Amino acid sequence: MARVFAVAWLLHLKMLSRSAFDGVLGVLWPLFFATIAFLMYGAGGDDEALLYAAVGASVMGIWSSVSTSASSAVQRERWAGTLELLVIAPVRLPVVLLPITTAMATIGLYSMVATLLWGRFLFGIDVPVEHPVLFCLSVLATVVSIGMVGFLMAVTVVRYRTAWALGSAFEEPVWLICGFLLPIALLPGWVEPISWLLAPTWGVRAIRESALGGTPFPDLVLCLVVGLGYAAVGMFFAERILTAARRNASLALS
Amino acid sequence: MSSARIFFIGGLTSYRALFNWLSPWILVPTFVVGPITQILLFAYIGRAAGIGSDEFFVIGNALQYAAIPCLFAMGNTIADERRQMTLGIILATPAPRVPLFLGRALPVIVNGFVVSLFALVVGGLIFSIDVPPEAMLPIVAVTAVCAFSCTGLGLVGAALSLRVRETAVLSNVIFGVLLIFCGVNVPLDDLPGWMASVAAYLPLTHGIAAARELADGAAVSAIVDDVALEVAVGTVYVGIGMVMLWYFEWESRRRATLEMA
Repeated sequence: MARVFAVAWLLHLKMLSRSAFDGVLGVLWPLFFATIAFLMYGAGGDDEALLYAAVGASVMGIWSSVSTSASSAVQRERWAGTLELLVIAPVRLPVVLLPITTAMATIGLYSMVATLLWGRFLFGIDVPVEHPVLFCLSVLATVVSIGMVGFLMAVTVVRYRTAWALGSAFEEPVWLICGFLLPIALLPGWVEPISWLLAPTWGVRAIRESALGGTPFPDLVLCLVVGLGYAAVGMFFAERILTAARRNASLALS
Repeated sequence: MSSARIFFIGGLTSYRALFNWLSPWILVPTFVVGPITQILLFAYIGRAAGIGSDEFFVIGNALQYAAIPCLFAMGNTIADERRQMTLGIILATPAPRVPLFLGRALPVIVNGFVVSLFALVVGGLIFSIDVPPEAMLPIVAVTAVCAFSCTGLGLVGAALSLRVRETAVLSNVIFGVLLIFCGVNVPLDDLPGWMASVAAYLPLTHGIAAARELADGAAVSAIVDDVALEVAVGTVYVGIGMVMLWYFEWESRRRATLEMA
């Protein structure tokens, strides 16, 4: 199973890297929003807030590369005519889908590096990494847990023919609700409990705490726990949807 | 008469046939949810950064969101002809090119206008924006002008899509450029000088400035210059787009590359 995961992850990582949409735009798109955030915080003149936003902005790309693409992950296999092959393979479908969405989240690392370099060289934002090891672990945990969110999205919207539009609509709300660019405390009070249920909230907190100096460990653990929760729910749905598709002979339909 | 038919009926038919975002499954997340979340995102960042007012972000982002239908629909209504293998048939017809291509732009302008207007109204209600009643009609007119000028840029993108395979990437990049440069979320005075200079030549910049002035209580006579500039910018882009379409068509025929990109 580990070999299937590793091979599928690497294969999809290579394919996504060569895609103009997932590769090039995956870096550019969050960079547009990060640039505006840098300009806005720069105009406000609050260096601390600018640093806060810079760390969060670097994580935006990880979510962006998953939100739109993961929603249509199953649909893409269907269009390519490979969905039936994946379903009849002796490996369970979630084991095939999870590395795909994890590869999508991994692609977001390009964007993370690009945003940090963009902020450093164009805006002079020097993000200190106070706890380098925990920072790397936090990034890894965020990638994995966002990949699991993507897996859940891929499975649950499988009957939605234009799922990319739904995934795309989730992009900015998650940036907002999960506190990528501003403290959640500034949002209406009812938003905060929602943010607790979203793995990126804990991921971006862990990365921020480890970069700026703090205690990232609880956030890191919560990020993984919430991510695993998404994976468990996704596996449950995947099995049920697959059984229904086989029973109704509707695997190729949507 | 034939040109009028090509312009109105042909344009509407092409728009309905080629712009598949009119399906409610795409329309609602993209044209209803999308602009509102963009307004919310930047209005709250504005509050966190301590710049601008809610009104500033609602107007800027609502008008800028016209770029989504204007860029993507224009791209689709021409590039998708190639994808569906009908581009050659269209270009083999004796139909005059001006009504053929401009006819496709008219429904797109209406689409962009409606999306922006919806975002203005809903964004205004969410943030309780107070706009003088006498300014509402002029703001609606400015919104229509912005949709026109943005469609002009969309026509340029559509022409490029005869050469660029990744039309979605191209439209997204243009959208991002407009978002940064046009004073949508960062006042032009706070942008680096060269960016503010570039902004003057992009659609939306003057329209957004005019709409903000109107919302702040300026008289219509005070924004005539900005509106005239917005119309001029849009017209220039329409002209550039038509020339590019003519050139790419001519080159495609000469090199037999119509179906390639």
